[in-house]
Amino acid sequence: MKSPILIACSIFAAIFVFASDQPAVRVEPTDSLGPRTLEKQTQAAVVRDYLQAWGSFSRAFEQNRAEILDADFVGVAREKLEDTIREQSKLGIQTRYRDGAHDIQLVFYSPEGLSLQLVDTVEYDVQILDHEKVLTTQHVRARYVAVLTPTEVRWKVRLFQAEPA
Amino acid sequence: MKRRFTFFLGVVILAVMPMALAQSGGLGLPKAVEAGSAFSIRTSGSGRAVLYIVGPGQVLRRSVQLGEPELFAPGDLHNAGHYLAVLVSGASTENGAFDVTAAQQPSTLSFLAKPSRVAVDSHDGISGVVYVFDTFQNLVLAPAQVSFQLSGVAGAAQTRTVMSHNGVAWTKMNSAAKEGSGQFVTQVGSATGTRVIQQVPGEPCGLRISARPSGQRLAVQTDPVRDCSGNVVPDGTIVTFTETYEGGESTVDAPLKQGVARAEMPAYNGAKISVATGVVLGNEIRWGRE
Repeated sequence: MKSPILIACSIFAAIFVFASDQPAVRVEPTDSLGPRTLEKQTQAAVVRDYLQAWGSFSRAFEQNRAEILDADFVGVAREKLEDTIREQSKLGIQTRYRDGAHDIQLVFYSPEGLSLQLVDTVEYDVQILDHEKVLTTQHVRARYVAVLTPTEVRWKVRLFQAEPA
Repeated sequence: MKRRFTFFLGVVILAVMPMALAQSGGLGLPKAVEAGSAFSIRTSGSGRAVLYIVGPGQVLRRSVQLGEPELFAPGDLHNAGHYLAVLVSGASTENGAFDVTAAQQPSTLSFLAKPSRVAVDSHDGISGVVYVFDTFQNLVLAPAQVSFQLSGVAGAAQTRTVMSHNGVAWTKMNSAAKEGSGQFVTQVGSATGTRVIQQVPGEPCGLRISARPSGQRLAVQTDPVRDCSGNVVPDGTIVTFTETYEGGESTVDAPLKQGVARAEMPAYNGAKISVATGVVLGNEIRWGRE
């Protein structure tokens, strides 16, 4: 009897540890971003803020609280994610997004420095719950296109859209 | 102890079950759907089930009749992204995934033109960036031909055509030689965006002053101040007159009025009077005898 419990505990612990782990992040070298040179400090800030945005997105969708998005999302991205959270909340649905790995490529930095586009091949797990009942957990590999814009103190995600990988 | 075991076993089964069911192929999903278009999802079996379509862009839940295609009307799913489909019927769950892509027809443009005010004759001084969106505010990632045109001031319009990449296109333009408002227009298909660029005179060129007696003082004034393209420098631009004499110095700042700056200064014999505006220096004159 003890051994199945131990195995189950190990699996559960592994799932828990995986869920709380930081995602693996790889940033592709950037040869050219178009019209503007990207300084290393700017690149680091953009990647840091983008990854934090994934954290906000994950928490907001799990708790169905759109205000969590405020720190990291603006514009169209903020509006669309808020709409989805509203739909989820209305239907009694929650979604848990756990990003496991990001492969990020910065692809465009606008001439005046007001927008930066990146493409992220991201792997994540999605758990869907209906009235707190887990329906499914799926592993997803998708290609996200994000556009970030600088605000007073950080870069915020203005556009957040997956496309066929 | 038994209850704990049942709980952990449940967790393990929940983790493993979807993977097994995902291969069942009972859900007939399109591989990709254009945003806002009608589509259907095929189901097999009989009885009722609940179909979930879940993604960061939208969430839908429908009660469906198994064995019949579930129809989605135009506009039902309009946000581009990656979606999971889950069909729950009693204890059985089937999973799948599909993509919603942006509509092919561009509808709106996010056009950023900088700066809104630029000096004339500035090489690559104006930049334009366009993000191409469909009618549902999805970024159109398929390449599209984007044209830029800067016109409205004397001379031929400048035109550039570039292909968008990942939904974005950009260009740089020269400002015109003559001051005035320029129309900076971008177009993708039938979608257009317009920005007004104010092209203003550049730095003064060939700044010159002259002086004449005015009672006990000197009246100094500039010639009409123009930039290197002959545009009149705007009124209000500050011109600084500096007079140096036997170890002393006096300075007067005067704004341009109708293109000319004027000032009165002490009339010291042998004084040197110079003029400057911004970083531009003008001529120097000497008053009276050596």
